[in-house]
Amino acid sequence: MALTLEQVRHVATLARLSLTPQEESRYATQLSQVLEAVAELEALDVGQVEPTSHATLASSLLREDVMRPSLPPEAGLANAPAKVGTAFAVPKILE
Amino acid sequence: MSSTLTDLSMLELAAKLATREVSSVEATRASLQRITQVDPKVRAFLRVDEAGALKAAEASDARRQSGSPASALDGVPVGLKDIFLTQGVETTCGSRILEGFVPPYDATVVRLLKEAGLPLLGKLNMDEFAMGSSNESSAYFPTHNPWDLTRTPGGSSGGSAAAVAAREVFGALGTDTGGSIRQPAAFTNTVGLKPTYGRVSRYGVIAFASSLDQPGPMARTVADTAALLQLIARHDPLDSTSADVATPDCLTGLEDGVRGLKLGVPREYFTAGMDPEVEGTLRASLDEFERMGATLVDVSLPHTKYALATYYLLASSEASSNLARYDGIRYGQRAKDARGLKELYTQTRGQGFGAEVKRRIMLGTYALSAGYYDAYYLRAQKVRTLIREDFTRAFQQVDALVSPTSPVPAFKLGDKVDDPLSMYLMDVYTLPCNLAGLPGLSVPCGFTQAGLPVGLQILGRPFDEARLLRIARAFEREHDFFRRAVPV
Repeated sequence: MALTLEQVRHVATLARLSLTPQEESRYATQLSQVLEAVAELEALDVGQVEPTSHATLASSLLREDVMRPSLPPEAGLANAPAKVGTAFAVPKILE
Repeated sequence: MSSTLTDLSMLELAAKLATREVSSVEATRASLQRITQVDPKVRAFLRVDEAGALKAAEASDARRQSGSPASALDGVPVGLKDIFLTQGVETTCGSRILEGFVPPYDATVVRLLKEAGLPLLGKLNMDEFAMGSSNESSAYFPTHNPWDLTRTPGGSSGGSAAAVAAREVFGALGTDTGGSIRQPAAFTNTVGLKPTYGRVSRYGVIAFASSLDQPGPMARTVADTAALLQLIARHDPLDSTSADVATPDCLTGLEDGVRGLKLGVPREYFTAGMDPEVEGTLRASLDEFERMGATLVDVSLPHTKYALATYYLLASSEASSNLARYDGIRYGQRAKDARGLKELYTQTRGQGFGAEVKRRIMLGTYALSAGYYDAYYLRAQKVRTLIREDFTRAFQQVDALVSPTSPVPAFKLGDKVDDPLSMYLMDVYTLPCNLAGLPGLSVPCGFTQAGLPVGLQILGRPFDEARLLRIARAFEREHDFFRRAVPV
């Protein structure tokens, strides 16, 4: 199935990706090709098949609720592109 | 310093370290010298940590001196794919978006290697976020194949494979999501093992596709691969998908051979599109297994043709979710001059990710989006069940499966960059194993007339790594391909 430029822009919005016009048209073509290739899965009858989300994990694991040390704030903030005191700085979201 | 020191296998070096014939500092200096000599051509390293490696080597020598080595491989220098978090050493995952990121903690496997006393020589190049089969999607530069510098070493663990093959490191760790350890191993005449999903902790390993990713060892010999696996295969409470199983003993029984074993040859893995020289080498290898006493059994994995589509939908979907964390807020690069938070997200990601990563985020986001989830993501998960069942049936008849690792030998840099579908086809023999969570290994099985390495893939039942290594060792014993001098 062919993707329109409008669909590509919608998916880019969902993915929080800014794309150049060249990228938009390139991905429209390439994603259409990939979707065409994966359409072969439609040939299989999977009505009675259970999905596998994980290859070897049988069930959710539980562990003891024990406190352990976490990263100190300065280590957690060390890679922040912008910070104020002990907080990550972001552009204003409320005027 | 002997130039042949770097030609030793990990276990050969370990034996010399044990008798004090060689010190870890000497071995580490030899590696560093070799890196200086060949890496300007090979370009396997993103970052060399000379000071850190030498400090670890000195500590190792002190332990050897006092007669208390931390492990069998204490003092053997190795390299790490840049996907593993290393405390205090920049880690970029081959991406601009993580440029300058210095992790505050070690991945579990990095901690285990440090505790075992192995000096870490630095961080090895890779396809950005492990997405690629040629190392060309690295945001920094492509790595070159030491067997032919005009060719790719494969990917995404191509830097690890090239560094091992070029004798810059004695061994390395890579990760394998759809073949990213095995395919570069095949392209570079090295051994690469993708362990059973859950065998090796993913804690601190930058995530691509969480249900498929698995770290594993890369080395020049099968025994080295086994020794490295034993250091990193541990249950890890910090990774909820880590399997609570005992560390395998892969060295005992390694020399037991293949007599009496049933080896399945999946007929769907010998298809059109395979390079004739690769096929010829493989057929000869199969004859050899028979001569050594194994029985070859024709088996069918009927859903193989659907594996590629299934893989790309699932891997891209998981990637689109995992890569949502790169938003420019807590770490990594942030777009300048963005107006408002949403623009900061979109521009940071638009500027920070490369073409292949964006392509997969787009595909994954589409496959998970309202209206398409059932048709793409859920359907692919169901087909994954059928692919797993194929393997389960096959392993009722045979002890392991043997096949080519890659349909072609190492291709030229630049050949497939603009053709994602043809690039994806490179993974056609390796990725079904990831979908099923099985262990898989690539062992050198010969060279083409042009001198390019060819790899043989061995797939096994879950947690059956010891048997895969034993089969690979039986084959290796007949050839010693790893002794062949690399031209670089």
